[in-house]
Amino acid sequence: MNSREIFIAFWTIVVKEVRRFTRIWPQTLLPPAITMTLYFIIFGNLIGSRIGEMGGFDYMEYIVPGLIMMSVITNSYGNVVSSFYGTKFQRHVEELLVSPIPNWVILSGYVVGGVSRGLGVGLIVTLLSLFFTDLQVHHLFVTVGTVLLTSVVFSLGGFINAVYANSFDDISIVPTFVLTPLTYLGGVFYSIQLLPEFWQGVSMLNPILYMVNTFRYGILGVSDINIVFAFGMLLVFIVALFSYSLYLLQNGKGIRA
Amino acid sequence: MTAALSIRNLRKTYDNGFEALKGISLEVQQGDFFALLGPNGAGKSTTLGIVSSLVNKSAGEVEVFGHSLDSDKAKAKTCLGVVPQEFNFNQFEKVIDIVITQAGYYGIPRSLARERAEFYLKKLGLWDKRDQVSRMLSGGMKRRLMIARALVHEPQVLILDEPTAGVDIELRRSMWSFLREINAAGTTIILTTHYLEEAESLCRNIAIIDHGRIIQNTSVRELLQQLNTETFILDIDPPQGAVPSLNGYPAKLDDDHTLVVEVEKNQGLSRLFQELAEQRIEVRSMRNKANRLEELFVSLVDKNLATEATR
Repeated sequence: MNSREIFIAFWTIVVKEVRRFTRIWPQTLLPPAITMTLYFIIFGNLIGSRIGEMGGFDYMEYIVPGLIMMSVITNSYGNVVSSFYGTKFQRHVEELLVSPIPNWVILSGYVVGGVSRGLGVGLIVTLLSLFFTDLQVHHLFVTVGTVLLTSVVFSLGGFINAVYANSFDDISIVPTFVLTPLTYLGGVFYSIQLLPEFWQGVSMLNPILYMVNTFRYGILGVSDINIVFAFGMLLVFIVALFSYSLYLLQNGKGIRA
Repeated sequence: MTAALSIRNLRKTYDNGFEALKGISLEVQQGDFFALLGPNGAGKSTTLGIVSSLVNKSAGEVEVFGHSLDSDKAKAKTCLGVVPQEFNFNQFEKVIDIVITQAGYYGIPRSLARERAEFYLKKLGLWDKRDQVSRMLSGGMKRRLMIARALVHEPQVLILDEPTAGVDIELRRSMWSFLREINAAGTTIILTTHYLEEAESLCRNIAIIDHGRIIQNTSVRELLQQLNTETFILDIDPPQGAVPSLNGYPAKLDDDHTLVVEVEKNQGLSRLFQELAEQRIEVRSMRNKANRLEELFVSLVDKNLATEATR
């Protein structure tokens, strides 16, 4: 395939993916909007007004970046894991396998599909947050860069989960038992400065803490962690997960006999 | 001339240790209408799965129009169109979107993909259903949708794994006529089928695979020449209470009006009719007991079963 044909094939996958999650918007775009609005009302307004300040900001201002990031993470991951597993389950992954598309293009197409949903939901949540607080972007590059790289990382994670999954149960195990606890413990609702020293150290092992804090730095200008280190970690994750996903595709793990 | 498909010493052992292919080799020439036959579990679908890149091979080489599946995979895949046995399209997509999306995977621009989708969906009688969600189609329509999808990038070789399984007779005939048409236009067709009448009617060359080995690879004509015995069913009058004695023709009665006679190739039918006439038995009508290829297929597979048992 020449570069034009490769681009058409890539774009076909992206369009198919975006069409999928927009077609089923009551399952994909509406729930995070409702959930996050409830978070804003309950944690931000009702409880937050009694908490006062966190990290030098109103509690509502403090949790908004974390909640946006939480939506981006769960939706990027959820989009790729459910879409690619569905593709396997209905066997139309064979449409891709018989075609001449290089594996890296298949992977990139699914990742861009996941990033599109992650960013789409992130934008919806951001717009909703404006009803509750004034959002100032402290550092545009850091804000956009973090959200983009994070959604790539979790789209790749969703892809790997889908490759290994053998049932619909398998695609909900990681989001329920790994992603949600790590996100809640990743400083979405609190600064790790509030924790005892030991638990601060434990928290530093949670990669989501770095993503949430880097994004919060982009918006508020405050962070519990080193921003440069966080960006480096995101890039390392992307390279490692992309390479491993390609290896799985190359070997036909879970998709070829 | 380069072969449309060349398979050399192809082997496949599954993870559970089952050896599905034990080193098969075969060639399909350009423009051929080729059947790969065999009983269930013989290795037909594994062979086509490897050729279509849906199954990883254990050893051997596959070339499509001279392009190796190992070193020139993209070109080899572009030459192939695949219609699998099981429905494998998105059940929630519209018919036209399934065909256009598949074209996109081959790098075909959307405007051209739409033109081709219209052409093939019209050809296969699905144009009226283009905006319908695919799961709402009947079984026959789903099968035709997979054919349209496989043809949208205009491949040189079309592989069909049991394309008419579960399809009614009328639709089967119309699919045969469509396949003949595209074969006449130059597309090489390779199919597997359990309907041996289908293979006899459509194909010029046949390979029979059993227990992972090719046990026969020749033209339909040559294969049929190997058939030594044919079984005829005669509707006779008057009714017979016992099997008439027909010198040299083994016979039995299905009922008092129906006589089943085995005729060897060198015996001919004239003497049989003479024998019956001498006994004042009139033949009202006559037909072959089974499809000729079917008889041969069963005898070859039985013979191979005996060989496998001694290995």
